[in-house]
Amino acid sequence: MAIDWGPRASAGWIKPAIFVLCLVPFARLVVGAFMRTLGANPIEAITHSTGTWTLSFLLITLGVTPLRKLAGWNWLLRLRRMLGLYAFFYAVLHFLTYIWLDQFFDFAAIVKDVIKRPFITVGFTSFLLLLPLAATSTAAMVKRLGAKNWLALHRLVYAVAVGGVVHYWWLVKKDITQPAIYAAVLVVLLGLRLLFRARERAVAAMSGNPARSRAV
Amino acid sequence: MLIKRATDIQPSEITDRGVYLQRRAFIRAAGLAVLSASAAGALYTNRSARAGEKVFAGVSKSPFSTTEEPTSYKDATNYNNYYEFGTDKDSPARYAGKLKIKPWTLMVEGEVKKPRIWAIEDLLKTMALQERIYRMRCVEGWSMVIPWVGFALGDLIRQAEPTGKAKFVEFVSVYQSDNMPGLRLPVLSYPYIEGLRLDEAMHPLSILAVGMYGEVLPKQNGAPIRLVVPWKYGFKGGKSIVRIRFVERMPQTAWMKASPSEYGFYSNVNPAVDHPRWSQAKERRIGEFMKRKTLMFNGYADQVAGLYAGMDLKKNF
Repeated sequence: MAIDWGPRASAGWIKPAIFVLCLVPFARLVVGAFMRTLGANPIEAITHSTGTWTLSFLLITLGVTPLRKLAGWNWLLRLRRMLGLYAFFYAVLHFLTYIWLDQFFDFAAIVKDVIKRPFITVGFTSFLLLLPLAATSTAAMVKRLGAKNWLALHRLVYAVAVGGVVHYWWLVKKDITQPAIYAAVLVVLLGLRLLFRARERAVAAMSGNPARSRAV
Repeated sequence: MLIKRATDIQPSEITDRGVYLQRRAFIRAAGLAVLSASAAGALYTNRSARAGEKVFAGVSKSPFSTTEEPTSYKDATNYNNYYEFGTDKDSPARYAGKLKIKPWTLMVEGEVKKPRIWAIEDLLKTMALQERIYRMRCVEGWSMVIPWVGFALGDLIRQAEPTGKAKFVEFVSVYQSDNMPGLRLPVLSYPYIEGLRLDEAMHPLSILAVGMYGEVLPKQNGAPIRLVVPWKYGFKGGKSIVRIRFVERMPQTAWMKASPSEYGFYSNVNPAVDHPRWSQAKERRIGEFMKRKTLMFNGYADQVAGLYAGMDLKKNF
């Protein structure tokens, strides 16, 4: 039987398949922790892994709209919420790792860190900004807020992504190769949005309609 | 995009420990350096730099050693900073195998009456080797306990007879462009330079290490000879040293050049002086779950605090 790659695929097998795939990094950490294969400094390995996967899922989520527009795959939109929630899932794990495994609930030290260490301030702020996005991710919340307000609120994700990259950039000791890669991808994803917007404006101007910036 | 390499489970990592333990047991039982070399060589190939080529004999104990439990050999040789081989912790173990360490000469020069180019074999014949079990605190916030084999740096310095102009000692690490993939990264300037004040270098705790865990130094740990200054952050211990130069002016070290606001010349372990971007109050001892408090001068305050009497350690970080 041929695999269905068509528009209905997302409703069928693609979404559950991606759901499971997104859990693989988490599963590897759990297995690694039990098998003791996370290296000499497992807590650092967990911190780094959950952190980089948070950033990756943020960027993947931000990639949905450009890819949909460029490739014409409208069904991708149906994955966006799930991918965004996975970003949140890994962010929660990252945050818990810091609070629990790294600092072991030393709240005095944590408060000091958040206030004194710019990279933690930025990371913590980005995490806080993710909370309302996760909380309003349900269809009922979209309805309650109204599409316009909901879209406005969810533009926060741009700030979260920038904050996440800055958080990474500021924490590395000296070799900025990895954060620079994330930054470059983010610049491309945000740049594409500006391009789309400019093109839409141009089209609107030519057809005599007032420019309306399209959402996300 | 795929990101995390650190969590990759290599088949060799799963088997390494058992193989390693067997090998250690074998070495202890047999105590035969030559045999252990061939056994270790057969078991450790390719991926990790080869260790255990030779076991040191006639190494005396030292009262400077700590009684704390040494870090596992596997962790101490697979979780390293040696940026010439890359900035990931597992890069040195992965890539240091290519480092050429034979022949090796150590140049002692500058403001000394007796400059000399030592063949490492000759140097080892001259120096009395000791085991020094030291705490090692990395500036990144983790620590280990490592049983080094080495000799007092002061013994070498006395042989060289520094002139009155010698105020500082500069340590230059090896630069092998064909064998060190990390040299291409725009992170530090190479060759790696470290430095000490002459009195710090003369302090009996300062050693040049040629081995660890009773065996010759693995390449990822700085073979064949490296500096160990246990009351300073780990990066002060230059690896694979080829040149020791006595100078009048304070040397500019690799990390000072890379980030002068974050890394000073002294870089003494000090829980009260934070790194500008992170706290130095605590550390995670590799192999332990809970963090422990970092000790002043890494627990060597009784021996070394006098070197810095009257100095503002916040300014002279």
